[in-house]
Amino acid sequence: MREKLEEALFPPVVALLVALICGDLLIMSYGQSPATVYRLLLEGTWGNAYGFGQVLYKATTLTFTGLAVSIGIRAGLFNVGAESQLAAGGFLAGLLGLALSPSFPLALAIPACILAAAVGGGLVGAVPGYLKVRFGAHEVIVTIMLNFVVLALLNWIVAGHLHVPETLHTPEIRNGGIARLSSFIPAFHGSAANLTIVVALITAGLLWLHLFRSRRGYELRAVGLQPEVAEYGGVKVGSTLMRAMILSGAIAGLGGINYVLGYKGYYEEGFAGGAGFLGIAVALVGRNHPVGVVIAALFFATLSQGGLAIHALVPKQLVDVLQGVVILAVAMSVPEVRSALRKARKPVAA
Amino acid sequence: MNPISFLTQMLRIAVPYLFAAGGGVVAERAGIISLALEGFMLTGAFSATLGVHYTGSPWIGLLCGIFGGLIFGLIHAVATIRYRADHVVSGIAINLLAIGVTRFFLKLAFDSSSNSPRIEGFGGNQAWYGFDNPLLWMGILVAPVLAYFLYRTPFGLRARAVGEHPAAAASVGVKVAKVQYIAVATSGMLAALGGVFLALDQHQFTDQMTAGRGFIAVAAVIFGRWDPVRAAIACLFFAAAETLQIQLQGTQLIPSQFIVMIPYLLTIIALAGVVGRAVPPAALGKTE
Repeated sequence: MREKLEEALFPPVVALLVALICGDLLIMSYGQSPATVYRLLLEGTWGNAYGFGQVLYKATTLTFTGLAVSIGIRAGLFNVGAESQLAAGGFLAGLLGLALSPSFPLALAIPACILAAAVGGGLVGAVPGYLKVRFGAHEVIVTIMLNFVVLALLNWIVAGHLHVPETLHTPEIRNGGIARLSSFIPAFHGSAANLTIVVALITAGLLWLHLFRSRRGYELRAVGLQPEVAEYGGVKVGSTLMRAMILSGAIAGLGGINYVLGYKGYYEEGFAGGAGFLGIAVALVGRNHPVGVVIAALFFATLSQGGLAIHALVPKQLVDVLQGVVILAVAMSVPEVRSALRKARKPVAA
Repeated sequence: MNPISFLTQMLRIAVPYLFAAGGGVVAERAGIISLALEGFMLTGAFSATLGVHYTGSPWIGLLCGIFGGLIFGLIHAVATIRYRADHVVSGIAINLLAIGVTRFFLKLAFDSSSNSPRIEGFGGNQAWYGFDNPLLWMGILVAPVLAYFLYRTPFGLRARAVGEHPAAAASVGVKVAKVQYIAVATSGMLAALGGVFLALDQHQFTDQMTAGRGFIAVAAVIFGRWDPVRAAIACLFFAAAETLQIQLQGTQLIPSQFIVMIPYLLTIIALAGVVGRAVPPAALGKTE
């Protein structure tokens, strides 16, 4: 247990240190003091209710996309398509919210819209899953290419048939809206944080149960580690991969409700805004564990919101650089840490 | 539709693809997945802009662009070869890093979060239809030169061997890591030239100006089945579709979004093997 924890925790810690050093250098190149900038970053995010609300809002979407990417990786699949799965989920949820009459009971409308989001993302996830299982097409390339196709398709539907004139968004949904946190805790006033965060935490919990406490989850992880061995042990590799890809897409799709049902109340072109790609970073730093993913989502949300807080001293673009540095540093230190730890643990040969 | 204006416009759109896809072919034939082309292009475009802005010479800008691509190519190489990082993750990280770094220094150098001031470019004589731009010619030459290097020189043979079976290559004395370093560095510089062309052609740098072109190049590499000439043909084909879309604008014959999809859909179809199977180099993406 301790060994597994070390292997999981060291790379993000190393990455954080590397990012801190890079951040220091960039901040000093701008003629500012790193300590002041970091203090401002923390004050603007965790230091006041509005900033914290924004962090929670951003972390919610990132939790979904991070979980989506991580379940793919657990099955040995690299889902780079969370961006378009997120958009498709938000789109279907918004479409249903638009179609349902306001008199339809909210207690049914919300679950229905949430389900629609999962279906939207799941459908987009099913395509690379099918092509992988049926034709052996590499899911990385298919999901990247599918991002462009799906986003263009949604763009065509919205721009051509559904948008409010002069905007890039659909009319406001008539039913299925999710309440903001500020309606329970007034201090969050103005921030976009909403009850979708509860859905995100429940999803993380269910995913943990699925991965580590169910037979299907065990099979999924077995396929991810050694597909041939899993097959020999009686696991149907093809259908497991298919299921993992659909599940991954569906979870990414769920993320769409945060913006569409919880924040704006309509689908808008480009609302995903890179959260799908950042999900890869979240999964990586969170070491593909639901708990890690939630923590990593908070970290990246803090960075992204913190960029706005420090903008008076250094350009907010600083955090874009740091995001890249963190991902690169984790990716580089994972194999390194693994081999170093294995070497250290190996009993001295006689 | 004027055929000459169609051809010249198509070529102008194709040049960045030709450079980047050439870079992609080199790296991938040596076994390193190159999803970082987009980032290389963006860095190339930005460094070239800096170079031209401070010296006034497009040639110095070109060298600066190549240097920017080299640095980012080496980051990708060190991450994937020395540290055995996952190629896909490293590529995506480099793309994000390139967006961040160019944004940060755009702000630092030009105090803008959207674009640089106007810079000088190559050529510009209307009578030449863009053919007075040396980068255009270089772009056209990328594919034949690469084909020569990959198939007719010892280095090309070594690179292909490393991409197919690194252990076998190593057993006959090929320095696998060195070959891969050279291939990835070359790919960074080539893709950067695509970005240099963009920045000089548009006479400025704009935030995220590569706009997914690096991924079109990835698509061309796969659609061209990792062969430099076939990849170049794919680039020309994608550029032709784009030109068609631009020239048909306003006629509403086909919604522009559907033309945008063409390269991506074709790549998916090619990967699914409906019309002949796209088979990557055997050791592509292996980190051990």
